[in-house]
Amino acid sequence: MVTLRRGLLAMVPAMAARAASAQERTITVASTTSTEQSGLFGHILPLFTRETGIVVRVVALGTGQALDVGRRGDADVVFVHDREAEERFVAEGFGGPRHHVMYNDFVLIGPAADPARIAGLRNITEAMRRIAEARARFVSRGDRSGTHAAELRLWQLAGVDPTQGRGQWNREVGQGMGPTLNAAAAQGAYVLADRGTWLSFRNRQDLRILAEGDERLFNQYGVMVVSAARHPHVKAAEARRFVEWLTSPTGQTAIAGYRVKGEQLFFPNADRPEPARPS
Amino acid sequence: MGDLHAASTAALGLILAADPAVMGIVGLSLQVSLTAVLLAALVGLPLGALLAVTRFPGRQSVIVALNALMGLPPVVAGLLIYLLLSRSGPLGPLGLLFTPSAMVIAQAVLIAPILAALTRETLSGLWEEYAEQLRSFGAGPLRAVPTLLWDGRFALLTVLLAGFGRASAEVGAVMIVGGNIEGFTRVMTTAIALETSKGDLPLALALGLVLMGIVLAVNVLAQVLRSAASRWAG
Repeated sequence: MVTLRRGLLAMVPAMAARAASAQERTITVASTTSTEQSGLFGHILPLFTRETGIVVRVVALGTGQALDVGRRGDADVVFVHDREAEERFVAEGFGGPRHHVMYNDFVLIGPAADPARIAGLRNITEAMRRIAEARARFVSRGDRSGTHAAELRLWQLAGVDPTQGRGQWNREVGQGMGPTLNAAAAQGAYVLADRGTWLSFRNRQDLRILAEGDERLFNQYGVMVVSAARHPHVKAAEARRFVEWLTSPTGQTAIAGYRVKGEQLFFPNADRPEPARPS
Repeated sequence: MGDLHAASTAALGLILAADPAVMGIVGLSLQVSLTAVLLAALVGLPLGALLAVTRFPGRQSVIVALNALMGLPPVVAGLLIYLLLSRSGPLGPLGLLFTPSAMVIAQAVLIAPILAALTRETLSGLWEEYAEQLRSFGAGPLRAVPTLLWDGRFALLTVLLAGFGRASAEVGAVMIVGGNIEGFTRVMTTAIALETSKGDLPLALALGLVLMGIVLAVNVLAQVLRSAASRWAG
């Protein structure tokens, strides 16, 4: 309720600005539900707008869909979290260069009863293996998002073929993080979620974090300007300004300053080498 | 039960506080849906009236097609309009994707067939009554269209309200073509979907109650106007 108020109040100046001037400087950013729904954008975008006068419109989608929106030229900037897919996007010439911005981490969530007995495990592949062995219900994003890609990577590392259990213990819902958590809560199932969405999620029922802290759960975010060579209408100057700001000390400090219930959600790392990708 | 109670309390709170942000979302919802009804009416009403008064080969097929289009899934309509308006699509240069205009277009496309089909249904009866009389004045079917629309105006109000109801309740299409951008293309239904996905079910339901209240208010207003007008018309 309070977060909605704050979020909604934040949009009032934006609406007034829209009415005030038709040619105000705006950019469209295709991003992920995790950054939008965790409230990060509500925290950092007003700072960027105050500093530059550029209004940022965020369309929140899964990473795969957000990259597609960029490919079609329907956004100026793509801000997502699936390094492989991002590198493909850049290699295909749809945009770039790719800058890393920040990371957060995934957590493995499950019912208090914990039928696969994974509570407290730090080794994430062991936890995934136990879920598969117990044939305990697992709800998968199944939507080509960054989180879905992470799920698949972890299954592979655990030596499990999740397609074996598809429709039985492994349920693909093909939806965003929130609806997927709703589905897991309703079924008392295991689910992989980004910490930010989990912390701001309200309908938890008896779900809780059971496994966390493995380095392989790190979730790196990257940002890219959509190619103006391919899509001449892209607002390249404003888009570049946004990317520069995100990776600048000011932007990085703003990201680090965002907290939910006292917990920092995103860890800026634009000035540091990216954590190694688990392989 | 606890959730329902929390939702109604929250809904009341949202209304009483006249929260400017919620009001902004409500305002955009009304603006988008009313514009869509207006646009769809400009096409749907004359088309429906024409179908009521004319007889031509293939007319029955047109009517069947129109009735089928009433069931056009919003997500499909949204996807088609997305592909049309995308920068990589045929209408890309207009730059309309992810704007309120795109949402108006989507809703208008969804409800135009409804308005046309219901108008035809409504005016067919009227035309049967009037046909003799209008012909005796030398009015052909085409000349009869404006007369029929005018005489059927009170019944057509219900048709327009049906269109408005469908437009304002719609979420699939406006989500795709509008993008649910905070402060720009977020309307009641997409806000409800967002709060649901954040797991804040009471708040989502509260916004739903507010939306139903608005639709009810529009209907009451229309009813009042209608009875006032019909009294005045005598």
